Amino acid sequence: MAGVSPTPLLKDELDIVIPTIRNLDFLEMWRPFFQPYHLIIVQDGDPSKTIKVPEGFDYELYNRNDINRILGPKASCISFKDSACRCFGYMVSKKKYIYTIDDDCFVAKDPSGKDINALEQHIKNILSPATPYFFNTLYDPYRDGADFVRGYPFSLREGVPTAVSHGLWLNIPDYDAPTQLVKPRERNTRYVDAVMTIPKGTLFPMCGMNLAFNRELIGPAMYFGLMGDGQPIGRYDDMWAGWCTKVICDHLGLGIKTGLPYIWHSKASNPFVNLKKEYKGIYWQEEIIPFFQAVSLPKECTTVQQCYTELAKQVKAKLANVDPYFTKLADAMVTWIEAWDELNPSGEAPAKTSNVKAK
Amino acid sequence: MRKPPTLLSLTIDIALLNLSHISDLSFLPDHVLLELFLRTLRAGKLTEKILKLFVATGKDEILSLISELNIQLILTPVLPTINIRDDEVDIVIGALHLDLTSFMEDWRAVFSRFHLIIVQDPDLKGDLKIPGGFSFDVYMKSDIESVVGSSSSSVVFSGYSCRYFGYLVSHKKYIISIDDDCIPAKDDKGELIDAVAQHITNLMTPATPFFFNTLYDPFRKGTDFVRGYPFSLRSGVQCGLSCGLWLNLADYDAPTQALKPGQRNSRFVDAVLTVPARAMLPVSGINIGFDRELVGPAMVPAFRLAKEGKFRWETVEDIWSGMCVKVICDHLGYGVKSGLPYVWRNERGNAVESLKKEWEGVKLMEEVVPFFQSMRLSQGAVTAEDCVIEMAAAVKERLEPLDPVFARASEAMVEWVKLWKVVTSRLSNSAA
Repeated sequence: MAGVSPTPLLKDELDIVIPTIRNLDFLEMWRPFFQPYHLIIVQDGDPSKTIKVPEGFDYELYNRNDINRILGPKASCISFKDSACRCFGYMVSKKKYIYTIDDDCFVAKDPSGKDINALEQHIKNILSPATPYFFNTLYDPYRDGADFVRGYPFSLREGVPTAVSHGLWLNIPDYDAPTQLVKPRERNTRYVDAVMTIPKGTLFPMCGMNLAFNRELIGPAMYFGLMGDGQPIGRYDDMWAGWCTKVICDHLGLGIKTGLPYIWHSKASNPFVNLKKEYKGIYWQEEIIPFFQAVSLPKECTTVQQCYTELAKQVKAKLANVDPYFTKLADAMVTWIEAWDELNPSGEAPAKTSNVKAK
Repeated sequence: MRKPPTLLSLTIDIALLNLSHISDLSFLPDHVLLELFLRTLRAGKLTEKILKLFVATGKDEILSLISELNIQLILTPVLPTINIRDDEVDIVIGALHLDLTSFMEDWRAVFSRFHLIIVQDPDLKGDLKIPGGFSFDVYMKSDIESVVGSSSSSVVFSGYSCRYFGYLVSHKKYIISIDDDCIPAKDDKGELIDAVAQHITNLMTPATPFFFNTLYDPFRKGTDFVRGYPFSLRSGVQCGLSCGLWLNLADYDAPTQALKPGQRNSRFVDAVLTVPARAMLPVSGINIGFDRELVGPAMVPAFRLAKEGKFRWETVEDIWSGMCVKVICDHLGYGVKSGLPYVWRNERGNAVESLKKEWEGVKLMEEVVPFFQSMRLSQGAVTAEDCVIEMAAAVKERLEPLDPVFARASEAMVEWVKLWKVVTSRLSNSAA
């Protein structure tokens, strides 16, 4: 059997964005996998505190003062006292790909006991096409040992570019507060050896703990919203970004994959604190989901920024009556795009790329 | 001169004869126990009960001998945690081979609880060989003709489509169907998979087609809905169809398998998931379960290739009926699941030969898939039968001009609904 070509490292094309408020000790465990890469640390909370980065990593660090200095008045769109601030890292990065991970996520082991190189799997996912138009029952057909099943039309086998790779978590699962309260001891021990494309037209809850994306294809859509200090809601930053991103990907013909890789999530946050943060979100999502399910973007929107700006308009128009927060959020979405374009000038390439590495 | 038998060997002879009446062996000295064990093995008398007797003595030599010889207790099938009355399930087998002995023996532990409907491919001449110990009904060409009429109906029950006759005449709620060249597979822990129990579990737990759960089936033990999943969608909907998978020979089409002749599926993916609403999928008939009450009429034996053959590479009848079911489930608010259980699919046939025979099915998918993806049913279609009739009309209008196979499919779908109504009312009248 022909040898499988090794996964490219992409070390000069990928930035790792990490939001933190405490310390970065967890990087020691990731060292063998992360050391070749450039890190962007976004320090949340008190800017006078010094965050110690372990020796040997190449990084740039931004605290609140830096964010304010760089964005000026537009800094208002970046959350404070919430890991949502990480999206600032996406904005200032100059690389093609982003991997973001939480500081309580560690290297997991696969069923054979081997350490999982999460970054390598994300790269594999992102460099191979996605298949959002027809569900393949053997999951990602581009993986070794898999393929398209009988009945899968050949015209759909080229796939579309993968914009996002959504990884999962062993140990502490990403449950909401009510579920955490009911099942405080439940741990995710099931290793599901699959990557799959989320079909077009289907929404999903995107978790920012273990996430990679093609910044050139979808970066501007990865705005993590207004959360934390001074905001009525928390723990919906990644959800919001996920719904916006999925709708835009569906519109632009891009794919989103979910499944492998797993990381080991070690910290269960306090469910009562979480409940306070999520409380409004739990009610609001009943309105938000139908909104996103019904969103239709006009044909004329051919870039991510255009799509996102249009989305912001619709949020303002249709969700404002749910709560005035959404008006603020819609405005912040516009500010975000303006800031993005300022920091990333020169005509953005159209979202559709043609150089997809087909199987 | 022959040596006379020792007292010890005579004792062991007697013990062996009466082994089934002995309830405790722990008083025996080690060397006697060992000799008894070896003689029991040689005499072929090591049953589960007797093995447990030996194990209960706790003697190291015996235990290490057992593990060295790799003697294992017969695996009892994993019983479903959901209470299913056995009389709610029919297992329908389409017999494309005459000798079903090894197939049935391999599945005995799983199938023997249930009633089986075995339908013999009308093109298959001869008598089926079926081992004893099962509760089953066999249907042959003559039975099919007496129900359908021997004058050519547009519904053809031959080849892999013969099993649909079984779906027609069953009056159970759940139907599980497995190809006759598949045997039970082992999971990632090396345990035999009870495919029937898993299908039933899939069908009896809710499906979640309106929002994707990233931890897959939230109703499985050890998992749940993730953060961000709307609460109003957490009760789920009824599951109409459960699509299983295959280890070893996966269900690839002929071009794919011919291109990669050595490719076998060895990846056990421990997940069941609901295929989201409006997402279409290729349903493989090799290993499925469905709720006959919900979607029975939608499982249409309608799409017959001109040169359809007796290998899965030479048919797409299941792809067609599967997409009918998916469209109808989406419309009526039921769910379709995919993933576990796995079956082990034996080697059969030659992909290159099948490929030489026919590209037809592969080519036709280019038209078939977009048709189903864009199919919308009217508000007035509230039963599976209504939906099938509407779909048949759409097939006739939009696909018929492209290939005669579609005209036949449309007629067959209408005919099938008629048959379904006749047979089901006949059954319920006789039951009354």
